[in-house]
Amino acid sequence: MESRRDFLKTAATGALVLGAQSKLGLAAGLDKHAQTGKSKVVIARDASLHGTGAQPDEKRVLDLLDRAIAAYTGRDHPVEAWKRIVPVDKVIGLKVNGLGGKGISSHLALVLAVCERLQQAGVKPGNIVAWDRNARDLKACGLTISTDPSRVRCYGSDVAGYEEQQEAWGTARIRLSKILTRECGMVIGLPILKDHSEAGVTFAMKNMYGVVDRPQDLHAGGCNPGVADLNCIPVVREKVRFTIGDAMTSVYDGGPGFHPERLWQPNALIVGEDRVAVDHTAWQMIERKRAAAGAPTLEAAGRPPRYIATAADAAHRLGTNDPQRIHLMEV
Amino acid sequence: MKFRSNWKWAVAALVMVAAVAGTGCKKKSADPIPASGAVADWQKTSETRVFAAKDLWQYIDGDAEQYISAGVVATSTSDYKYKGELEATVDVYTMGNAAGARKILESGQSSDAKAVQLGDAGVAYAQSVIFRKGPYLVRIVAYESEPDAQQALLALAHGVEAKL
Repeated sequence: MESRRDFLKTAATGALVLGAQSKLGLAAGLDKHAQTGKSKVVIARDASLHGTGAQPDEKRVLDLLDRAIAAYTGRDHPVEAWKRIVPVDKVIGLKVNGLGGKGISSHLALVLAVCERLQQAGVKPGNIVAWDRNARDLKACGLTISTDPSRVRCYGSDVAGYEEQQEAWGTARIRLSKILTRECGMVIGLPILKDHSEAGVTFAMKNMYGVVDRPQDLHAGGCNPGVADLNCIPVVREKVRFTIGDAMTSVYDGGPGFHPERLWQPNALIVGEDRVAVDHTAWQMIERKRAAAGAPTLEAAGRPPRYIATAADAAHRLGTNDPQRIHLMEV
Repeated sequence: MKFRSNWKWAVAALVMVAAVAGTGCKKKSADPIPASGAVADWQKTSETRVFAAKDLWQYIDGDAEQYISAGVVATSTSDYKYKGELEATVDVYTMGNAAGARKILESGQSSDAKAVQLGDAGVAYAQSVIFRKGPYLVRIVAYESEPDAQQALLALAHGVEAKL
């Protein structure tokens, strides 16, 4: 039986070209949510995800992903569900987060699962790019560099480079990765949930610090309004359309680096289109864990993630942080 | 005239101070990371990477600010394997002074920290060891929890301490 890794290596280019697609697969989902006036966020959990090992079980991760996507789209069949999320004729970027190093980076099992379902939905292997800042970060996620156009590609902005043209929005003055600007038609964020010594929490929106040339310039004021401003840059706002947040392992304090003494396994995925709602949900998850562990709230610790409210304000309008306007599904 | 003479002595003294300081810097920037096999059963599995304070974000973006505010000068890091299985990373932060190393060590402790005899002060957890010695702050983390991980990490920590 072919392993899932083998599947990713050998899948024929364009082998599963399926039926007609909307140019923007996500549009149907957005319309549906507009009917309720709420942003949908799904938290899918599997308490047995890790078993006895440090790494989550690959098969269980795939099942968890399917459950999350089915709940989000209302489609039980994974292929049909994914066809509602992605435009299969475009290059799909998977922006992982390997900044924290091995131990607290986006899990390989999740990347493999997403790649598998994307291909089954009809995305050509070479039209999938798993990427981050550089080879070191990708290696931390367990990924191997590959630029072979007949396979799922994986490389960093250190290879692709950054645009010469500086982009600006609010306080953000940055140059964007060419992987985002030139390669990808749509980006799915695969951030890992972490406490953050400056921002309070790092997840969907903060993951975009990995697409710019000088992220350290955006850290002032607890990354507020840096995170919100960066996400308002048109190409970021428009292309980064969906988040499959990795909350399988997390650090609830001492982040964003790897602190095994503060490690925690929520065994969950947090999925949604509304990046603000996703981050608000993730923040609450971290706060609950901090309370259970006897740690102070992030407000008391002097680092509440204020950028989340900023991202929802009238100037940014990136989504909602109002719990009354978030349709939270836990499956 | 007397003022001019004093001025020359002052310049000469500054040159000497700079020379001594330069020598000191060279000593501090020498590789503090143990070689492969220098500590029993520990193999070094990567090159030592060194980051100046201004470049620390490339290694620990987001975490860098707290080290910079505590006066970090340079950071050396390398990966290891214990008995070919347990993976770990050693980070050696060279701070501007001992107070900077103390600040980082004391700010990062949690209630389950176990004090250990390492350098000027140190703590151990199941999967990590942190200690300070003079201006150095050393952090060693293992990526898996194994029964003998803490003892193995402590052995490696003593190996690092001996090089500082």
